[in-house]
Amino acid sequence: MTLPVSSPDPGTVRVLTADGSFAPTPAAEPYLALIDALSDAELEGFYRDMAVIRAFDVQATNLQRQGQLALWPPSFGQEAAQVGSARAARPQDHFFPSYREHVVARIRGVDPIDIIRVMRGLTHGGWNPFDPKNGNVHVYTLVLGSQTLHATGLAMGLAFDERSGTGDPERDEAVIVYYGDGASSQGDIHEAMVFAASYRTPQVFFLQNNQWAISVPVATQSRAPLYKRGEGYGMPSIAVDGNDVLASWAVTRLALEEARAGEGPRAIEALTYRMGAHTTSDDPTKYRTSEEEDSWRARDPIDRMRNYLLSRGASEAFFADVEAESAAVAEDIRIRTGELGGLETDAMFDHVYSDPHPLVEEQRQWFAGYEASFDGEQEAS
Amino acid sequence: MPFSRALNAGLRAALAGSDRVLLMGEDIGPLGGVFRVTEGLQAEFGDRRVLDTPLAESGIVGTAIGLAMAGFRPVCEIQFDGFVFPAFDQITSQLAKQTYRHEGALQLPVVIRIPYGGHIGAVEHHQESPEAYFTHTPGLRVVSPSTPNDAYWMIQDAIASPDPVIFLEPKAKYWQKGEVDTSARALPLHASRVVRRGTDVTLVGHGAMVSVLLQAAAIAESEGTSCEVVDVRSLSPVDYGPILDSVRRTGRMVYAQEAPGFTSLGSEIAATVMERAFYALEAPVLRVSGFDTPFPPAKLEGAYLPDADRILEAVDRSLTY
Repeated sequence: MTLPVSSPDPGTVRVLTADGSFAPTPAAEPYLALIDALSDAELEGFYRDMAVIRAFDVQATNLQRQGQLALWPPSFGQEAAQVGSARAARPQDHFFPSYREHVVARIRGVDPIDIIRVMRGLTHGGWNPFDPKNGNVHVYTLVLGSQTLHATGLAMGLAFDERSGTGDPERDEAVIVYYGDGASSQGDIHEAMVFAASYRTPQVFFLQNNQWAISVPVATQSRAPLYKRGEGYGMPSIAVDGNDVLASWAVTRLALEEARAGEGPRAIEALTYRMGAHTTSDDPTKYRTSEEEDSWRARDPIDRMRNYLLSRGASEAFFADVEAESAAVAEDIRIRTGELGGLETDAMFDHVYSDPHPLVEEQRQWFAGYEASFDGEQEAS
Repeated sequence: MPFSRALNAGLRAALAGSDRVLLMGEDIGPLGGVFRVTEGLQAEFGDRRVLDTPLAESGIVGTAIGLAMAGFRPVCEIQFDGFVFPAFDQITSQLAKQTYRHEGALQLPVVIRIPYGGHIGAVEHHQESPEAYFTHTPGLRVVSPSTPNDAYWMIQDAIASPDPVIFLEPKAKYWQKGEVDTSARALPLHASRVVRRGTDVTLVGHGAMVSVLLQAAAIAESEGTSCEVVDVRSLSPVDYGPILDSVRRTGRMVYAQEAPGFTSLGSEIAATVMERAFYALEAPVLRVSGFDTPFPPAKLEGAYLPDADRILEAVDRSLTY
């Protein structure tokens, strides 16, 4: 039986092998100078990002199991694609996640408790993308692919306002939008690529192919490698080993720089694997084999980077420090989740419209009176 | 000034008033749109203010959302009513909910212009009345002008609104002429209006149906029945004041609309009037609607669309109580 997963073809950019050896594929050649210029601190930072978010992710999954969250979409296994792409951006760039990009949000400054609030049922989004502390990270979008059009529209706006393509990389802005192999079948992504190509938007389409759309394998979404779809719309398209944080970083770095410089949109397919469930409502044992999972576990992005750092002489103290930080972040989120309060019922009437709306205001007042009517009964009894 | 030219003038005023206003849609550039509502605007403001988009309705609305996030005020043209459905997710799940999702941190000042309704003898998907889908969606405002003066002002008010507005343009009215007072706005965007005074029955409707109601009222007058006519104008929120005032005076009401009747705007307004003016009513509120069928082939639209006779039949029934 053929495994229903795609394996990297020779055109895939990969720098680190599964065991962490530095052995670039031919396709990685154009990126080696970029990678060479990375400092030890930057390399260690990639590892730290991945390890910390995995601890957070495991904690969030546990919190869901303990009934603290309504749902959790684990990012376990996809850390390299996310860390590499997020670290590749400049502060002025804009991010449109789907709903699994927890480390992207964290790197850009979103407080992870804001993601917890969504999954706990306290808000449908809740953070302001344009508040400087949130690093231009837009809120999660649960309808697959919808956000690719919003990203494209924002990128059109950047181009119209000459906020990109001026030749000043410190100022030029770009947009990166995340979606998955399942979402790649949605019409909105195709329309987004048409608009992006037509308007030459400063934009990177970042597809994380984690091999499974809940229980449906990627072969059901596409008979051709997904990155090739970008070429059909007229944009340079690259496949990268999404479990290799260095390759993910370098490929995204260059794609964003080109987009920012006004060369038009780029598409990246990061080949990775969702090692956990799609969400905590899912049971992957029903649709995939332990052999398949083991084969990907051997390609774990964090182990791979750890081995590479060890080969470069990273200290035990560094790894111990990362472990301590990971434990602290996980503990912090557990404590803060427990401290999250509830919501006043009045909150459901807020922000339906920007201008007051008579129907909503009338219902707000009626419901307040209705609730207040029970206070009297309680006092009487 | 014809209704379509009034819209054109209103759009021109909005484009001239703020360089953040953008028009986007299929064939709206050199062609000026299939109804010529945007004629000349691209030549005047350039192809970065008036965008001929790829042919993709979800793409038009979805990118308009992103453009609004970037600080623009996009005005999307959907070519025909029946083609709005490919954009339905972007309108109802995305556009309508962004402000709620962001807990008020973002405003989405996007206008979706949709030519709607019958009377032009077109083919399938070109004569529909989708208003109930949008009035049912919290987060959207829905309006429909029925006169050139309203077309001129309401499009500008819709563009100025910080909320998303579904702007329904009755196709039947595009070529109708009327006075446009460019010096003074007649009414706020979300106000209903009494367009004819009467004492016996209140006739209520929106869009192209308003002139059919006026026609019915004229015939009724010649037969000795005095009808008041109210133009709803704003379908969400509905301004109930003038409607309820009128019903309290006449005691009778007939709502007329082109859309199918089941779970329609007319149903909602009828139910609300019965809740709020029950003791003033001499008869149940009656509804005259398109039938609960797909919009039929054009050769049958005369039978499908409520005309003055169907409205007068309802007026007669109301008067028998």
